[in-house]
Amino acid sequence: MSRLKSVIRTPVGLTATILTVGVLLLAVVAPILWSDDADAIDTANILAGPSADHWAGTDNLGRDIFFRTLVATRLSVELALAATAIAVVIGLLLGTASFVLGRRSGRLVNAGVNIAVAFPGMLLALFFAVVFGVGATGAVFAIGLAGAPAMGRLTRTLVASVSSRDFVDAARVAGVGRVRILFRHVLPNISEPLVVNATIGAGGALLSFAGLSFLGLGVQQPSYDWGRLLFDGIGSIYVNPAAALAPGLAVVVAGLAFNLFGESVAKVLGVGVVAGIQLPSSAPAVETTSPVDVAHHDADDIVLDVRDLEVTFPGPAGPIRPVRGVSFAVRRGEAVGVVGESGSGKSLTALAVSRLVGDPGRVDASRLELLGHDLRAADSKALRKLLGTSLAMVFQDPMTSFNPTKRMGGQLAEVARHHQGMDRRSALARAVDRMRAVRITDPEHRAHQYPHEFSGGMRQRAMIGMGLMGSPALIVADEPTTALDVTVQQQVLDLLASIRAADDVALVLISHDVAVVGQVCDRVLVMYAGKIVEDLPAADLAATARHPYTRALVAAVPDMHTDLDRPLAVIPGRPVDPADVPSGCAYAARCPLATDRCRTQEPPLETDSAGRRVACWHAGEPLPIEILDRELAEVDTQ
Amino acid sequence: MKELRFEDVHVRFGQTVAVDGVSLTVPAGQVVGLVGESGSGKSTLARAAVGLAPYDGRILLGGEPVPTRGRRRPLQMVFQDPYSSLDPRMSIGESIAEAMPRGASRAAGRAEVERLLELVHLDPARATARPSELSGGQRQRVALARALAGQPQVVIADEITSALDVSIQGAVLNLVRELQAELGLSMLFISHNLAVVRYVATYVAVMRDGRIVEQGPTAQVLAAPEHDYTRELLAAVPGSTTRSPR
Repeated sequence: MSRLKSVIRTPVGLTATILTVGVLLLAVVAPILWSDDADAIDTANILAGPSADHWAGTDNLGRDIFFRTLVATRLSVELALAATAIAVVIGLLLGTASFVLGRRSGRLVNAGVNIAVAFPGMLLALFFAVVFGVGATGAVFAIGLAGAPAMGRLTRTLVASVSSRDFVDAARVAGVGRVRILFRHVLPNISEPLVVNATIGAGGALLSFAGLSFLGLGVQQPSYDWGRLLFDGIGSIYVNPAAALAPGLAVVVAGLAFNLFGESVAKVLGVGVVAGIQLPSSAPAVETTSPVDVAHHDADDIVLDVRDLEVTFPGPAGPIRPVRGVSFAVRRGEAVGVVGESGSGKSLTALAVSRLVGDPGRVDASRLELLGHDLRAADSKALRKLLGTSLAMVFQDPMTSFNPTKRMGGQLAEVARHHQGMDRRSALARAVDRMRAVRITDPEHRAHQYPHEFSGGMRQRAMIGMGLMGSPALIVADEPTTALDVTVQQQVLDLLASIRAADDVALVLISHDVAVVGQVCDRVLVMYAGKIVEDLPAADLAATARHPYTRALVAAVPDMHTDLDRPLAVIPGRPVDPADVPSGCAYAARCPLATDRCRTQEPPLETDSAGRRVACWHAGEPLPIEILDRELAEVDTQ
Repeated sequence: MKELRFEDVHVRFGQTVAVDGVSLTVPAGQVVGLVGESGSGKSTLARAAVGLAPYDGRILLGGEPVPTRGRRRPLQMVFQDPYSSLDPRMSIGESIAEAMPRGASRAAGRAEVERLLELVHLDPARATARPSELSGGQRQRVALARALAGQPQVVIADEITSALDVSIQGAVLNLVRELQAELGLSMLFISHNLAVVRYVATYVAVMRDGRIVEQGPTAQVLAAPEHDYTRELLAAVPGSTTRSPR
């Protein structure tokens, strides 16, 4: 229902809905109200032009064309809907055949459908009109059957996309029969696009009918639809143009109504599927605050300086702030890990640093500097060059990070040509050299291959190699090994470590895996609900972490030394929704140490003498013993 | 509970050989961990067992071929992605009820759904909830309940924690261990994470390129691996070299 409402909210959608409802209403009431007017023969006014009595004139028997057009709505719409119904039913049978019959027989049906789709619809309609004879029945079958192949192909595509989902397999494993799966699982999940396309198809059928009747192949006297009226009116178009224009207008309005209505619903449904996914786009949306200033930074060896970073997205109920004031600095050669659950804001922090938070997101910070250059400044060539050469970004999915249609070497070389002004030959030479640096075997040969010829680990290396085309001072890696196998993961982590050691490059490693971060990094930032809750040396993670969330995260992950006789520690409850952050400490609801103070007052991030930071009123207090034994006490029933 | 036995199973997709002569036994009432990289054929082996992939060779359940047609399915599977394995249009109660043997009365069916939800520590009152109202961990528990609804002799769990956040993974693993101990299930537990397999499985089999390269009791294989590849996998576990035991 809410989706239907959003159809009405757009001007086009509202117009289309009103028109469609109007046409359907007219189809129901017009014959009841005006049949007598439409059939009344006025011998005094034969083939008359428009007048006060007859708005669109009269036909050769003196019947009122305006009323006839109104009454013809029912037959026109009925025929269009009947033809659409035939197209949908046969289309469904054809489209689901391969699912029900199995692969081999399905292939035959598909081949037939593919051939049928290739024929022009109108040609098929004319062919069927000859087969079924001239008349309304023949026309309905003709147009219905002509629309069936296209509907069948659409259904097949939709069925294929749903039947590859796990829940269909799960039902199969549970012993549910194919036909039952079709009706219970597949059809309900494809019904929306099917209905939308059927609506658009009805608009098309309406136009086709007008065409057939106009050609004299459709509705025959004495019944009449718009096409028939058009056919009759066209003969006297020089005497009374309104006689042809009135039914013509009706066809256009009704056809438009169905088509636009279908399109608007489709648009809303399509948007509904994509909504909520925030894709990093290359268009930075940073507000201009001050020009690039180079002067102030405290220590020379600070590569990245972030103060009070906030990332905000517009939401239906006010702005949503997934990152709520994050401050940290990364020194030259330092490896800083950022850990947290999904939704903690760790990835957005990384994207903000690389200026990759796209519209409609907004990045605010009191300081955001890379090598002393202000990253909040407006987009400029100098800034792009700085980011292009001094910052390397490694994403989780190396497959989507490369252009699949271009050779690997060329894609790497592009960086050097663009930012360092190298010519083609030397840029490619550098690309090969960098591929060797990230231990890609036979780089001369590999540079001529396409991304799909690389394995996942290879692509991730190439991605790192791309970052090394300049001379980066900072590598930001967002879950670089999550999509990789354990052995490959180890190789990529080793590679990052060796690059860091060789060139004194700083590394920000974002991961949900505490073990990975603990192994690679010097320092770990633990994020929860868009804030840093603890900042500590990685070596202290296992033994002396002070925030209860950090301790729970470490304990929840089984490692090769986990006690097999005890259940794993669990974190009760569920992560905080960025749209609904509670007052006080965000972790209080899940925390075994929480007191009333935690629920009302937010703990500040305090630095101790050793430089460790923690935001907790009860930092370091012993956890009640039962939390570790709290077997399945996960009370996440919200 | 019965044992599940794979005898010289081959699975081919066109020219590619996904599973190349695997023989493996899941003893009655035991959990066998199957580890290996993506592409090693471990998921394909599972899909062959439940009838989702055609195979050559024999897959036996208690000495009989596994039935892959008809209503009775004594072999059930839990899928990796809980966001894809539940029909978004059906309530979780309906999803679970669908997998139950036919013939029970409506009231008995409803009672069974409640019992299963309680078994996986979900509030039975939530049977009418849609999957979209549930967190990833809760969905995976529903998926476990659905597998158990078929009253299986053996359950295959295919990477059931790898799509979950670490904080939820622990709870699902605890549940698996608890259910296994309570119901005495035989289980084939597929994972790429050795630490997870170590925690739930008594036996472990290591798969590579469609073949099983090493198998044996978990403690033995992990303490004294015989195959180079097993050693490589062990060395790659994060924290295995740098972190001290807690």
